[in-house]
Amino acid sequence: MADTGNILFSGVGGQGILLASEVTAHALLAAGYDAKKSEVHGMAQRGGSVTAQLRYGKKVYSPLIEPGRADILIAFEMMEAARYLLYLHSESKVIVNTQQIKPPSVAMGQIPYPAGVLDVITEKGVQVVTVDAFDIARDAGEVKAANVVMVGAMSAFLPMGAAVYEEIINTRIPERFREVNLKAFAAGRKITA
Amino acid sequence: MVTADNKKESLFIGFVVRFASHPGEADEAFKSPSKAENIKQEQVKKVTDSKQLWMSGNEAIAMAAYEAGVKVASGYPGTPSTEIMENLSRYEGVYTEWAPNEKVGLEVAIGASFAGVRAFATMKHVGVNVAADPLFTASYTGVRGGLVILTADDPEMHSSQNEQDNRNYAYAAKLPMLEPSEPAEAKELLKQAFELSEKFDTPVLFRITTRVAHVKGVLSKGEMMQSEASCGIEKVPAKMVMLPGNARNRRKVVEERMALLREVAESDQFNVIENGDNKRGFITGGVSYLYVKEAFPEASVLKLGMSWPLPEQKIREFAAGVDELFIVEELDPFLEHHIKGMGIECHGKDLIPNQGELNTSIVRTSIDPDSAPELFAAAELPMRPPNMCAGCPHRGVFFNLSKMKDIFVSGDIGCYTLGFLPPLSAMDSCVCMGASVTIAHGMAKALGDEGKGKLVSVIGDSTFVHTGINGLINSVYNDSKTVLVILDNRITAMTGQQNNPTTGCNIKGEAANAINIEELCRAVGVKHVEVVNPHDIQACKKALKTALDLDEMAVVISRAPCVLLPEIKNAVHNPYLTATENCAGCMACVKLGCPAISWINITPEEAVAKGYKEKQKGFAVINEVQCNGCGQCAVLCKFEAINRKGE
Repeated sequence: MADTGNILFSGVGGQGILLASEVTAHALLAAGYDAKKSEVHGMAQRGGSVTAQLRYGKKVYSPLIEPGRADILIAFEMMEAARYLLYLHSESKVIVNTQQIKPPSVAMGQIPYPAGVLDVITEKGVQVVTVDAFDIARDAGEVKAANVVMVGAMSAFLPMGAAVYEEIINTRIPERFREVNLKAFAAGRKITA
Repeated sequence: MVTADNKKESLFIGFVVRFASHPGEADEAFKSPSKAENIKQEQVKKVTDSKQLWMSGNEAIAMAAYEAGVKVASGYPGTPSTEIMENLSRYEGVYTEWAPNEKVGLEVAIGASFAGVRAFATMKHVGVNVAADPLFTASYTGVRGGLVILTADDPEMHSSQNEQDNRNYAYAAKLPMLEPSEPAEAKELLKQAFELSEKFDTPVLFRITTRVAHVKGVLSKGEMMQSEASCGIEKVPAKMVMLPGNARNRRKVVEERMALLREVAESDQFNVIENGDNKRGFITGGVSYLYVKEAFPEASVLKLGMSWPLPEQKIREFAAGVDELFIVEELDPFLEHHIKGMGIECHGKDLIPNQGELNTSIVRTSIDPDSAPELFAAAELPMRPPNMCAGCPHRGVFFNLSKMKDIFVSGDIGCYTLGFLPPLSAMDSCVCMGASVTIAHGMAKALGDEGKGKLVSVIGDSTFVHTGINGLINSVYNDSKTVLVILDNRITAMTGQQNNPTTGCNIKGEAANAINIEELCRAVGVKHVEVVNPHDIQACKKALKTALDLDEMAVVISRAPCVLLPEIKNAVHNPYLTATENCAGCMACVKLGCPAISWINITPEEAVAKGYKEKQKGFAVINEVQCNGCGQCAVLCKFEAINRKGE
């Protein structure tokens, strides 16, 4: 476990998980790590549960995180944090966007959205940081930047300074979106740093 | 195994070097933000300026095909292979195209090879079934320009209807197969595949899986290569005309070639022994190699980059040098069967699952059950399956089909297969590409009068062109009395918006000749062809009923653009909103299963407080941000509770 860091991104198709995982991956590469990232494309993207798995270290072999070995879970939706409990260990850090997106059974009124859905994580003694990423992104000027707010909040748990991420945003994101993303990142990082 | 090159090593500066010599300290650094300042701004610059690339397996393969000097590439979209052709189409000097199906794609590539250029065909695993006919005979003809056929397998069926192991094709078609573990290796191996093809006059199969295709890793640009072949017309009938007399001669050549390739397999070019602790030895390949390296880092490993033919001598030597031999491979016991066939004792599928993907944890605990760590039990939560998008045109058709209780709907492969899921649940079979219209026809012939007016098949525009047209021809020729609904959303949607012969654009998005679906249906002899807008629920219902009442083969074309098409996605939508005070709680709109509509349960007291009847159980709400303004729900509301914003 010691020689490879594992970051699990989870959420609902369309929430910008791939971009968030890309920014994080580039920051890790810029810091000199080897990295591998696994994504799922195709049918699952149509509003279903999606994950991206990012692993980094001196030399990364497997692209997949083992159950019980995610050091960071960054969840873009509350229920999608609880869904990956199997991947956590007692020292994991969980960063959760407080947004709730109803799955079909809930949207149709058949069952309620589970109350206190994060309790299953906190009762194991795992550290959970909740982030109102949607509101913070709106205040930064663009609700779609909620994913970068989340990256900002997570960044304090990784060994790179803010400058590394800022450099990535400045070089990898189209100019017209840079400012809002830099603001979103800074606002997210402020929560945890 | 491709190792990090010098450029990459030079990037492991400061922080990581220290990490290598003091693992404990580095471990701290993973978690501790206080170490953050170790990474300096100039180090960041160094990486952004460097030639290091961060690419998915599919992007790496596209770059490798370009560097290998591929001149013609053809493929049909299919997860997890699609992005290869998409990326390759952006390189200068490579002709790329979307073929209507994989058989056509492979034949195009064979043609290009016969003309003396390097050619590439890409497809998902089930696509090779479609292309199997030319594949098996191309093995006899051999090549002029290098020819590589890529199969992207999908263990775990993330986005597929089966998880066949296409290594079996290499054995059956008597072709060499190369198989990388990760993006960097995929890039190197693909280039070598083209050289191998020309050197041994053989098509080469190149197998990847989802965890190579959709995994991103670090790699670098390479040198451009040149084909040994010369472009031009060259008549070589003994090789290219596979009449029995010629084919019998080529049959012998195939065996001679495979014997030579076995010698290549014995060399260290593709198959490498990594010596370690000899108590346990592992023979593995593809992504499974990575799991073995993590689960048993000290063990000896024979890594097979060439899955077929196998290096018998090397395997024997390796097996003799270890106390216990394990074969670790995803899906079929392909290596295991052949290795056991050599009379070598080994573990394989007695321990390792033969279904689904492997991972480090499965590999480790299958072999050492006691090593299983204690894990937090997974929480029980509502499932979140994929769903048709808000405003998806297919929903209008499936809503109407779901109301017709006695019918059987034979479906096909695409986004619309989601019409199977509740609440619409309007699909009763789905087998493979093109199997909608043909299964309906077969059922009609079996059922006779009992099937009259009850058999509907649904197929997407791209799937119709793939293998639906020949099924429709059969239905007309053999006098089917079924209804085919062609869901024409103007794009190949499921795989992420690829053009097809009906969209009017080619792979690069340039204007192209478009097939007119209704004219094509009429041309093959369908008399009743009606085009309908699926968002108009009532018109759609009428069109389906009219077609079902006819005593002949009928086609209904449901035509409205996919909401994910950029021009639709980026357009300003005029959403619908619920006037909740008018909602009578009938749930008619909720039963569409649109993700923009949700139902709020209320108590009798809350109902009264809101001015509803006491027995009203709840009300519906439309999420304005998600709504694409298709209006299907508004038509269904009898209480004027759903209106366009501002109206």
